[in-house]
Amino acid sequence: MLIRRGHEPRENDVTPEAVYLRRREFLTTSVSAGLGAAAFGSAFLTGCGPGEASAGSQATLPTKLLPTVPGPPALATDEERTRYEDATRYNNFYEFGTDKTDPARYAGSLRPEPWSVVVEGEVAKPGRVPLEDLLKPHPLQERIYRLRCVEAWSMVIPWVGIPLGDVIARMQPTSRAKYVAFETLLDPDQMPGQRRRVLDWPYREGLRIDEAMHPLAILVVGMYGKVLPNQNGAPLRLMVPWKYGFKSIKSIVKIRLQEDQPATSWNISASREYGFYANVNPEVDHPRWSQARERRIGDLRKRPTLMFNGYADQVASLYSGMDLRKQF
Amino acid sequence: MALLESPRTRRRALRAATLTLGCLPAVWLVHAAFTDGLGANPVEKITHETGAWAIRFLMGSLLVTPLRRLTGWRNLTLERRTLGLFAFFYACLHFSTYLGLDLGFELGSLGEDISERPYITVGFATFLILGALAATSTRAAARRLGRRWKPLHRLVYLAGIGAVVHFLWLVKADTREPLIYAAILASLLGIRLWWRFQARRRSPQRSPDRVAG
Repeated sequence: MLIRRGHEPRENDVTPEAVYLRRREFLTTSVSAGLGAAAFGSAFLTGCGPGEASAGSQATLPTKLLPTVPGPPALATDEERTRYEDATRYNNFYEFGTDKTDPARYAGSLRPEPWSVVVEGEVAKPGRVPLEDLLKPHPLQERIYRLRCVEAWSMVIPWVGIPLGDVIARMQPTSRAKYVAFETLLDPDQMPGQRRRVLDWPYREGLRIDEAMHPLAILVVGMYGKVLPNQNGAPLRLMVPWKYGFKSIKSIVKIRLQEDQPATSWNISASREYGFYANVNPEVDHPRWSQARERRIGDLRKRPTLMFNGYADQVASLYSGMDLRKQF
Repeated sequence: MALLESPRTRRRALRAATLTLGCLPAVWLVHAAFTDGLGANPVEKITHETGAWAIRFLMGSLLVTPLRRLTGWRNLTLERRTLGLFAFFYACLHFSTYLGLDLGFELGSLGEDISERPYITVGFATFLILGALAATSTRAAARRLGRRWKPLHRLVYLAGIGAVVHFLWLVKADTREPLIYAAILASLLGIRLWWRFQARRRSPQRSPDRVAG
């Protein structure tokens, strides 16, 4: 079976002391980021003119740095990084509105601290895990990945996170765990976009267990060396760089291991257009637009899209024998 | 407002207002382009804004006749053509942004998009209609076409429907904005049908065009 990882800590499971000692920094950072956002939010509501939405408020960008160790060099790209301002003001996060600028404008109402994640299903130890406990055993790594949206634009982002596989291994999945299902927070007070039924809330995503255990799949808590901004999915999001961006679910509150393939939000919304796998594939077009090319944010012209978003060497074997036109 | 008392001055003021209104979105876009006001994906922003303004001016031109009938202000008719030409102007910017920056002027990709993607098929057909209407919008063209001019220019209703369908078919999940345009268009076309129906009922012998609302 796939999940035969030892439960005793191996050497590289042990958090370096420096990182461990600075873990509070991460916590205080997120607390202050949260408080900052709240303070800024109330100032915005009381002091600012009409026109802005009554729900939600602008999120302040986190400033404190996260301690990281470099990720495996083989997994990093040396392409030019997307500007931080672009990565934080051009987002698809329908929980805050469907315009790309809505998340930056309204994600201030999200309270990423305190945060916990419900772990359930086919695991030895189900329960609610405080975020800091989920992260504690793992040193934060920097991973510079390409991000390809299904809408044919892309970015290059230095994420800060931990391998999803390591986290799942610690949950001790049973032999019936064939899939991992994720859920985003459901709270229209914090996420004003959920007051309109644009999607069937809460947002849901899922991976096959071997995809989830792949070393490229990470759980993200930061980017550009800093705590994850609210509009980018604070405080915990997924990043699966060989799949379209909508697979990389944000603001995760639930991780469930299960035997059946989970229902996923965009697939529920339009199953002809968004498959469960959603692997980046220039040869399989979205029914309404071509996926052959993409616009890298910052570029004027489009560039060719790469198979599996350029990660074919690492992940193509996961899909050998599958018809990627049918299992799109 | 003594200045606006003479009919000629009023006509000129209306003319100036229409021209200013028509140029404002373009001026705003150019200004935004030079002041980092178009966001992280300026090409997408320009494509969306020019498309939206094309629809808005098209709706504006369709609003002229009902407005004239409701207010009795005949001068409005003079602005209908200008509004239609502005719709075509923004549609041109919209189409050339897509052709140049999305497709890199590859006509093969254009053909593929038109034949395979319904929202582009509809959008392109709408663009062709607007082009034909713009090309035949001069007095000389109207004289040349004679009786055929009016039926040709009724294609503007089809262009309105095409523009809204194009928008509706390209959004991912949030249909609110295109549905607002659909509602506006439905009212603009609906009121014409209603008037036509009323006219027929009141005087079946007379041509509906001659019945005043």
